[in-house]
Amino acid sequence: MTQMNMVKAINDALRVAMRQDSRVVVLGEDVGKVGGVFRVTEGLINEFGAERVFDTPLSEGGIIGTAVGMALYGLIPVPEIQFSDFIFPAFDQIVSEVAKFRYRSGGEYSSKMVIRTPVGGGIRGGHYHSQSPEAYFIHTPGLKVVCPSNPYDAKGLLLASLRDPDPVLFFEPKRIYRAARSDVPEGEDYTVPLSVAKVVRPGNQVTVIAWGAMLYEAIEASNKAAEAGIDCEVIDLRTLWPVDIDTIVNSVKKTGRVVVVHEAPKSCGFGAELVSLINEKAFDYLEAPPTRVTGWDTPFPYTLEMDYLPLAGRILPAIQTVAKY
Amino acid sequence: MSVPEFVLGDVVKVLEPDATVHPDNDPGLSPERCVALYEHMVMTRALDERLVTLQRQGRIGFHIGSLGEEATIIGTAAALDETDWLFPCYREFGALLLRGMPLQAYIDNMFGNANDPVKGRQMPDHYTGKAYRFGSVSSPIGTQITQAVGFAWAAKLRGEKIAAIVYFGEGATSSNEFHCGANFAGVYKTPTVLVCRNNGWAISVPAERQSATETFAQKAFAYGLHPIRVDGNDLLAVYKATREALALCRAGKPVLLECLTYRLSGHSTSDDPTRYRGQDEMAAERLKDPLPRMRAYLEKKGLWSEAQQVALIAKVDADVKAAVEKAEHSAAPELETMFDDVFAERPWHLREQFEECKKAPRAPGHGAH
Repeated sequence: MTQMNMVKAINDALRVAMRQDSRVVVLGEDVGKVGGVFRVTEGLINEFGAERVFDTPLSEGGIIGTAVGMALYGLIPVPEIQFSDFIFPAFDQIVSEVAKFRYRSGGEYSSKMVIRTPVGGGIRGGHYHSQSPEAYFIHTPGLKVVCPSNPYDAKGLLLASLRDPDPVLFFEPKRIYRAARSDVPEGEDYTVPLSVAKVVRPGNQVTVIAWGAMLYEAIEASNKAAEAGIDCEVIDLRTLWPVDIDTIVNSVKKTGRVVVVHEAPKSCGFGAELVSLINEKAFDYLEAPPTRVTGWDTPFPYTLEMDYLPLAGRILPAIQTVAKY
Repeated sequence: MSVPEFVLGDVVKVLEPDATVHPDNDPGLSPERCVALYEHMVMTRALDERLVTLQRQGRIGFHIGSLGEEATIIGTAAALDETDWLFPCYREFGALLLRGMPLQAYIDNMFGNANDPVKGRQMPDHYTGKAYRFGSVSSPIGTQITQAVGFAWAAKLRGEKIAAIVYFGEGATSSNEFHCGANFAGVYKTPTVLVCRNNGWAISVPAERQSATETFAQKAFAYGLHPIRVDGNDLLAVYKATREALALCRAGKPVLLECLTYRLSGHSTSDDPTRYRGQDEMAAERLKDPLPRMRAYLEKKGLWSEAQQVALIAKVDADVKAAVEKAEHSAAPELETMFDDVFAERPWHLREQFEECKKAPRAPGHGAH
């Protein structure tokens, strides 16, 4: 095992996939020679050549649109959108084309690809380098949405995403690109299955649901809650959609109390869907109203970003409130 | 660095006003092929007219046709090699049928019944034809352009000597996707022919309001593509220009092919063109109708007669009638198919929703069969 960060782990996943399957190609802005602005694709062009790793024109619509064509041909493109804040020029292709190709063609075509894109705030990026747009894509039938929280999962989930028959949006939490480290078997092939959440901290009194960078805030708040005698169970969703509903419902049936944490704005965020599902499937077990701790319904701010993010300091009072409700 | 010469060549024309062809311009199609392509244009036109009638009778929901644009669509499609691919806009059913989709499958699509290849999931005329190396129609404008470029790019990477042709109207040259697609085609030198069907109108907006450029073809210069303009109502000219375009794109010079044609119908059966264009314009354009032009050429060569015309129309009518009869009496798609193909396998939430849907009362008017 090698200790590595998420940047290296994702890079390793791409290498493993590209060595095994010549259909896998990488394209995007600056992904070749410079290895991506976060260096996630560093060195791929040296190992696999300019016939499989493409520095594209600065055109998100062009990147995803041509990736659709590649997928229809039979390649497995891995387009990178440099920041998920810049995904919107490609929104039409993703929502109208990528997501619908299998359905609208009666199953004749599929638009299999894995769209990689850094997500989230806490890096002093202001509102165009910090947003979390996952809900738009979860809302679109036909897309799978993944967001890992650690290097081991990032590699395994990316390899699973590449082998899954459906298009996947792979959100990479950039705040923990280099901060999170774990043991990752370098150069080895393994998968972490999609749609399987992970209980990262077992507990009995409050269920805390999080993913990506906010998982660490949820864990920190739960540890502090433990000092005050509240026993939290923390779930890392890993795959946002289709979500692992069984793990959530089983936990809530045990605890009766739930806090959902995400960076994206509150209204119509994925937390709203999770709370609805919990109400539908575990209402009789609830001891307190399910609660959300999220980004505010404002554009993502620059100077005040740490007051915008749902950090442990905001999660802890929510845990305490639902615990004593 | 050399300065490129921005010279737009002459509009490619083959058929002379007297319905003859100068030997220097002849694309060399055999008499049999000329007749077959003319017959296909007539079939496409007749089908178009029958579908409009069916829509007016309330038997199908919608039709978007190619009235007046048959030479552009059939001429380009006919010029392709068997291994080349087509990426449609939404007026190219004539090309799909030329490629081999059975009439019955197309008519089933118009009815969205259980036999519809796309399982009744899209409006009429939103067909897919992978087996015929034909893409899949979607309504958003221009999305197929980047896809065709990506497809051709992938084929080039794989060393496969094919070309991809993509259709769009002149209105689509205003879309993001035209810019993205043309740019990627130029940068990666993909074997792609971008076919701009300049039919004069984007619903109610005339071509001159889409762009300040004198022609649409000249946009090619900005992307490093090769521009060709062709008389899109001249079947032989379209064929010839497309062959030239295909040869260029296979040699690393993607082409923007502007076909000058005219939309003789409304935008679709939902449109009323009398609200925005005059009868004078229509009368002038009808004189350039591609079908009588090709017929006059064939008649002059002794390849066609009124008797053949009458027999052909009768055959098309009978074929369409039989196909419609069958399609109209085919069942609606099973309820369950609504939940298929969203993903390769149905996840828990769609399994749950299907169970819920099964228990719900069926809506009147659909799926009662």
